[in-house]
Amino acid sequence: MARGTRDWRRSPVGEPALARGVLIGVVLLFLALFLLLPLVAVFAEAFRLGPAAWIAAVTEPDALAALRLTLLVAVIAVPLNLVFGVAAAWAIAKFEFRGKAVLITLIDLPFSVSPVISGLVYVLLFGGGGLLGPWLKGHGIEILFAVPGIVLATLFVTLPFVARELIPLMQDQGTADEEAALSLGASGWHTFRTVTLPNIRWGLLYGVLLCNARAMGEFGAVSVVSGHIRGLTNTVPLHVEILYNEYNFPAAFAVASLLAVLALVTLVLKTALEARLGHGTPSRAGP
Amino acid sequence: MTTPMPSRRLAVTLIAGLLMMPGARADDTLLNVSYDPTREFYKDFNAAFVEHWTAEGGAPVTIRMSHGGSGKQARSVIDGLDADVVTLAISVDIDRIAQATGKIPADWLDRLPDASAPYTSTIVFLVRKGNPKDINDWDDLLREDVQVVTPNPKTSGGARWNYLAAWIFAEDAYQGDEARVRDFMARLYRNVPVLDTGARGSTITFTQRGIGDVLLAWENEAFLSRQKMGEDQFDIVVPSVSVLAEPPVTVVTGNTERKGTTALATTYLEYLYSETGQSLAARHFYRPAHPDLVDPAELARFPRVTRVRIADRFGSWAEAQATHFADGGVFDQITAAGR
Repeated sequence: MARGTRDWRRSPVGEPALARGVLIGVVLLFLALFLLLPLVAVFAEAFRLGPAAWIAAVTEPDALAALRLTLLVAVIAVPLNLVFGVAAAWAIAKFEFRGKAVLITLIDLPFSVSPVISGLVYVLLFGGGGLLGPWLKGHGIEILFAVPGIVLATLFVTLPFVARELIPLMQDQGTADEEAALSLGASGWHTFRTVTLPNIRWGLLYGVLLCNARAMGEFGAVSVVSGHIRGLTNTVPLHVEILYNEYNFPAAFAVASLLAVLALVTLVLKTALEARLGHGTPSRAGP
Repeated sequence: MTTPMPSRRLAVTLIAGLLMMPGARADDTLLNVSYDPTREFYKDFNAAFVEHWTAEGGAPVTIRMSHGGSGKQARSVIDGLDADVVTLAISVDIDRIAQATGKIPADWLDRLPDASAPYTSTIVFLVRKGNPKDINDWDDLLREDVQVVTPNPKTSGGARWNYLAAWIFAEDAYQGDEARVRDFMARLYRNVPVLDTGARGSTITFTQRGIGDVLLAWENEAFLSRQKMGEDQFDIVVPSVSVLAEPPVTVVTGNTERKGTTALATTYLEYLYSETGQSLAARHFYRPAHPDLVDPAELARFPRVTRVRIADRFGSWAEAQATHFADGGVFDQITAAGR
């Protein structure tokens, strides 16, 4: 051991026990007050009328339709962003080309734009007075106020998640492994499958997880393009708002608790993945 | 075992529900794009109509609803929301759809009886129980210790009725002296802490978040929040004068002709004028256009109030809209002066 264990209490981070206690106490209190308490309140309100009322609220036809739509949107948006994210990160991390900085900035765009704008963009494009709207309508294609519009808006806001997670990871790893594989005669696809993919798999899963959470939870952009037709174009977050506005608080919180469960599952998986990522990145030897 | 295991029943229902993807049904569907406070009424009315329609030998039909601020809903229909019928708060919102899309003929107001308004309403005050601030009429809203909750007239239909009702009171009080009327309005809006975008948003602000001393509300919305939140929490105060609010309904002919639902949509709206439609409107605190069709007991709870028709005072809704709520109009002028 280079550092003596005797001195660690006096090191700059080793404040006296009292200060440490106060700091930790403040943080815990803050978390309990602003994170835990609201979360508990959601579940308390959701089950206020008992489990039967909760079941009735989440199995009501409009709630099921909202759940179905949210799952459908995630099932379409997440794989598409997975493919796009890997392709973009691969291009950016492993190759040098003109306009790379522009590409990275473009990928970040949905992060910096307000979700309402993301929705309005599609209204301008596909709306009745929009650029493509009248032509599409004439050909019987429904985009806005229908499922395709909701999928598009969700794709837009979730676009950066996978790519953003993979770019730094792949840049860190460099191109040495791939070069070795290629020089040993492996094909491009073979190299990707057996060398690159195993190296990035935890980061990729992490990105997919965040992407999925956002796809299912998105409110702003989807609200603009949805049209709020009950049982048809309402996603789970929109349905929660509707129930709340109808004074149906127990049902609103019951459906909201589904979203809270999704958040908790995401959190647990994320923590597990972070642990794997922390130790797992250097495991270049493969599985 | 009297009850099945909840978790298993839940799982079965969830999976069954998720597997039944929509689209397989060949039912006719009708989309009714409406404003905020009609949610409860149309829920009941739709069920009654479907029963009536199938009993008369019609094919099974599904009625879908979309609710929001009246102005916002009109905007969505203009942007392409495929409404078969619109049931909005104000005729100008339907005029806008007619002008922007041509999907509704310009003379739509005359297509149905009673200027296409099967039910009417008015604006009343909702105050906290016992009326602690002693609010009885419009001029009480100007007192320094009173906070008024009303939505934004730019986005909400209800808010425009609120505004015009106050204007009518001030105009009567000051014998039409416009400078004093404007001052009255400016002082009123200075007492408004939040302008929500829709009527329902304002109701939630007042009843749930506990902001303000008085909510300017649709009569039906005021009755409904008393019913939902407990009669021991709020009182309704009827001002000396208010507006005759006529929320109109019409068929979006351009859409129904393309979808082949014109007959269905027309029957749907006509059913609003039937005994069932009028009774349901009364039950949901709308004043029926034909009270003779409704059980007098249902009508007894509507307080007597002097209701002024917009056309009699402002010429027409289109004129009131242009003068007061257009960009740079009177509302913009008085709120800018108040800052």
